[in-house]
Amino acid sequence: MAAFPPYTSIPERIWHYAFRVICGCIFFFLIFPLVVVVPLSFNAVPFFTFTQEMLTFDPAGYSLKWYEDFFTNVNWQGAVQNSVIIAVFATLLSTTLGTVAALGLSRPNLPFKTLLMSVLISPMIVPLIISAAGMFFFYSRIGLQGTHVGVILAHAALGTPFVVITVTATLVGFDNSLIRAATGLGASPTTTFFKVIVPLILPGVISGALFAFITSFDEVVVVLFVGSFKQRTIPWQMFSGIREHISPTILAVATILVLVSIALLVTVELLRRRGERLRGVQST
Amino acid sequence: MRLAAKTLLALTTAGALAALATAAPAQELVVVSWGGAYSKSQQNAYHDPYMQANPGVKIVNDDSAPEAVSKLRAMNEVKNVTWDLVDAVASDAIRLCDEGLAEPINHDEVLAPAPDGSPASKDFGAFIVSECFIPQIVYSTTFGYRKDKLATAPTSVCDVFDLKKFPGKRSLEKKPINNFEWALLCDGVAPDKIYDVMGADGGVDRALKKLDTIKDQVIWWTKGAQTPQLLADGEVVIGSTYNGRLFSVIEEEKQPIGMLWDWQVFDIDGWIIPAGTKNLEAVKKYLRYATDTQRLADQAKYISYGPTRASSAPLVGKHATLGIDMKAHMPTDPKNAKTTLLYNYEFWADNQDDFTERFEAWLAK
Amino acid sequence: MTDVTGTNGELVTADGRPLRASLARALRRQKLQALLLVAPLFLFILVSFVLPIADMLFRSVENSIVAKVLPETTTALRSWDPQGDALPGEEVYAALYRDMLIAAKNRTATRVGQRLNYESSGFSSLFRSSARKVKRIKAGPYKPAMIKAHKKWGKLETWQVIANYNARYTPGYFYAAVDARIDTDGGVTMQDEDKRIYVNLFLRTLGLSLTITLATLVLGFPAAYLLALLPTAKSNLLLILVLLPFWTSLLVRTTAWIALLQQQGVINEFLVFLSIVGTDDRPRLIHNQVGTVIAMTHILLPFMVLPLYSVMKTIPKSYVRAAISLGAHPWRAFWAVYFPSTVPGIGAGAILVFILAIGYYITPDLVGGTSGTFISNRIALHISSSLNWGLAAALGVILLGIVLALYLLYDKIVGIDNMKLG
Repeated sequence: MAAFPPYTSIPERIWHYAFRVICGCIFFFLIFPLVVVVPLSFNAVPFFTFTQEMLTFDPAGYSLKWYEDFFTNVNWQGAVQNSVIIAVFATLLSTTLGTVAALGLSRPNLPFKTLLMSVLISPMIVPLIISAAGMFFFYSRIGLQGTHVGVILAHAALGTPFVVITVTATLVGFDNSLIRAATGLGASPTTTFFKVIVPLILPGVISGALFAFITSFDEVVVVLFVGSFKQRTIPWQMFSGIREHISPTILAVATILVLVSIALLVTVELLRRRGERLRGVQST
Repeated sequence: MRLAAKTLLALTTAGALAALATAAPAQELVVVSWGGAYSKSQQNAYHDPYMQANPGVKIVNDDSAPEAVSKLRAMNEVKNVTWDLVDAVASDAIRLCDEGLAEPINHDEVLAPAPDGSPASKDFGAFIVSECFIPQIVYSTTFGYRKDKLATAPTSVCDVFDLKKFPGKRSLEKKPINNFEWALLCDGVAPDKIYDVMGADGGVDRALKKLDTIKDQVIWWTKGAQTPQLLADGEVVIGSTYNGRLFSVIEEEKQPIGMLWDWQVFDIDGWIIPAGTKNLEAVKKYLRYATDTQRLADQAKYISYGPTRASSAPLVGKHATLGIDMKAHMPTDPKNAKTTLLYNYEFWADNQDDFTERFEAWLAK
Repeated sequence: MTDVTGTNGELVTADGRPLRASLARALRRQKLQALLLVAPLFLFILVSFVLPIADMLFRSVENSIVAKVLPETTTALRSWDPQGDALPGEEVYAALYRDMLIAAKNRTATRVGQRLNYESSGFSSLFRSSARKVKRIKAGPYKPAMIKAHKKWGKLETWQVIANYNARYTPGYFYAAVDARIDTDGGVTMQDEDKRIYVNLFLRTLGLSLTITLATLVLGFPAAYLLALLPTAKSNLLLILVLLPFWTSLLVRTTAWIALLQQQGVINEFLVFLSIVGTDDRPRLIHNQVGTVIAMTHILLPFMVLPLYSVMKTIPKSYVRAAISLGAHPWRAFWAVYFPSTVPGIGAGAILVFILAIGYYITPDLVGGTSGTFISNRIALHISSSLNWGLAAALGVILLGIVLALYLLYDKIVGIDNMKLG
């Protein structure tokens, strides 16, 4: 990239490198906090900093005990179980409802579109503390506070905007004549849906579902209010851990969660590219 | 790949459904408490032996005590109470009882008498602050200091306000309660006049003026674990917290920290039965066991809070793992309790909202 | 079908209906179909989300507790003049006695006491002790009996507060949320200077959110520009560095910042190691506004970079090259040609970050200490510990109002349809 055209002036060359250094710092700022928790989670002593032994790569400075604690502690394992149950069901619910709604939203002749869209997007916009407080009072009143069902419904509501947005985006390039062609060739609406529409929007649906999953999996404010101790999730456990006494087990959990997010990110990225290829959209 | 995804989905769904429908044992009691070392001491002293003696009963811990009052209120709006026993500080217990959210009990009927036969109400004495409250432990809010960072050891609570002799940061709770009492005391108010002065015109200003003298040296805490952490890290040289927290940082973690018991403020923690529990009789049976003389004394083996029964005090023995005699670490031990205040429930119920606003406004200045 | 004919030469379909009507019907059916597809989710969001919030916000004006527990007293008080300087008459005290008797039995007296204690200190104990003592009053006259039970019943101010706050709906919580109160004479005045909190807290929340937004813009703009400059293969690789934090749990990122910023944390240890600061005067980077701003800037930065990048990559590079080849200085070419085209991206990113920042709760709670907390933290406090749910709701209404106004602005500038993720 250092191949400058011959007319480039010296200040321009300096600026060229300075700009890249600045950008390097910014990207470093973005990624460094995620990287730093990884070695710290292997610390042999319960401190949040690099010890002398760690810096000299002395094996005695490293330990797997915080991971051991995570995998053997009843509270953490209960939290993992709850997180998965709640996120899976919330994702199923929000993906089903969100996909169907996105199909309706992308019809050209939907009335009250702006109003409907605003309501459907609202769970993403309203400050979480307000959503959490509202759900806390209301779900208490109908006996859903402190139940798995209550937390699942709440998380499903928070996840739907993401499904709506991603599926609607896949439908933007959707060619309606495909449906007419299928109908014209004698396919029933059900066949058309499963053989024509679903394969085309599937990448959008899956990435929407992943968004919904991570929304529920990461969510802490609503579960603190709508949930009870029996519904404690990983973020709940982390939050109370940080507030009370910050042990390096939290860093071990953080490292595992970083790996989970890398896996999710890669999946979404692959799906996006596949989707664009399928719909013939030029790569952007 | 699609098949794999489907199988995975089917498996998770099945597993999740199985987990949702956990088989219920004969009787499950949901006990709400504070979590951490405190819940562990209850588990060791009360829950485990009780479950051993009563195999049909399963005690489930729920660490929701910090939000208990608001959640009980919300549960009560729909009459859907899912808790059976709640650990609460006395001021919350009084409030819950007044609002009809806690079950009033006849202490002498429900609780076991002392070994010498005297009724429970006499054994607990003044600690029964409400007809719904079953006292458990006495704890105190007091000061710890860094022995190695102060030239001389502080001996009086007023040393907290003395920046010349004891320079360095201090940590205080981010609440008017206790801080106002100590401020007025050190501003020369007689101990028995503190609440008269604080309630009168200009009382709050006087307390805040005294706190002003150290304001820029104070780190405000909201959780009991913060002061021990700050002291251990050397971020503060002196700080207030619950005596049990100081015990564990001094005796268990062996930090160079000393205790200052002068004008410690006593408070009581205990049980309430939420009104509308579905297992009233089973809970009462459990309570009779868990608050008897021996059990309360046993709890002191695991945490340095004093039993509320007079008859338990002589039975307090050694720490379960450290082997230290726990009597000397009880806030109620005569050597520690030379000068004490007791949390004034009535006064703070009236003034907490108002004083907190003024305190917060002062903090923000 | 009776109206079959096309008498005036109107076009008809094969089954003999006018084409216009047939088309209209088809359109109606399509509209209905579209609505039916959206309906399940709409209803779900309405019931599980919108309704609960509306219900909670309603608490900001709801005040039926006083009239519900003291029905006779509030009715009797209507004929009393709060502006006058005479205590209410015997009939009000008699009504109070009867109300209190029932309230004591139902254990509702302290609820009213607590409600009124938010407005004036002392009501909590007034109602608690009166509920205890009222059972001992055997016969009237009730006025001296009640005053004997608690001397505050003989104070004019007590009755003025009850008269001012006995309506089923009250603006009182909203006044409290902006540091005002209803005076004893019924007018509205500002709260005493030493009790004003909320206006400052709102200003602080807005100020910090603005700082964070600016910080994300300053950091996000060059990053997005670089992404747009680089060829796709390279920029996709760099984009992962933006997307990874975006996909990582908020609590993980907050935890990481605690590990980095605390007194014994990585950054301070590093500074001490480099002898930039002494070990005893490490800068305080956490539990204050600095901590909140740093951690939240990091957390929200992807929300700035992504919209900026999506706008920048649509700006043809040839524009700037054309300007330069026409003789413009590269800087001028950038400012005059490139920068204006990025403004929609800046607008979208800035509003998005601002909306998200203003409602933050978790991160300020964990790293904000005393000076770096937001209005959300206050709302949470009133819900779970001080139990002043009405005030929490009033603060929530104001916060929601600000957010919705910004959302409308966002919709105007970007359009919700164009919102993209990842």
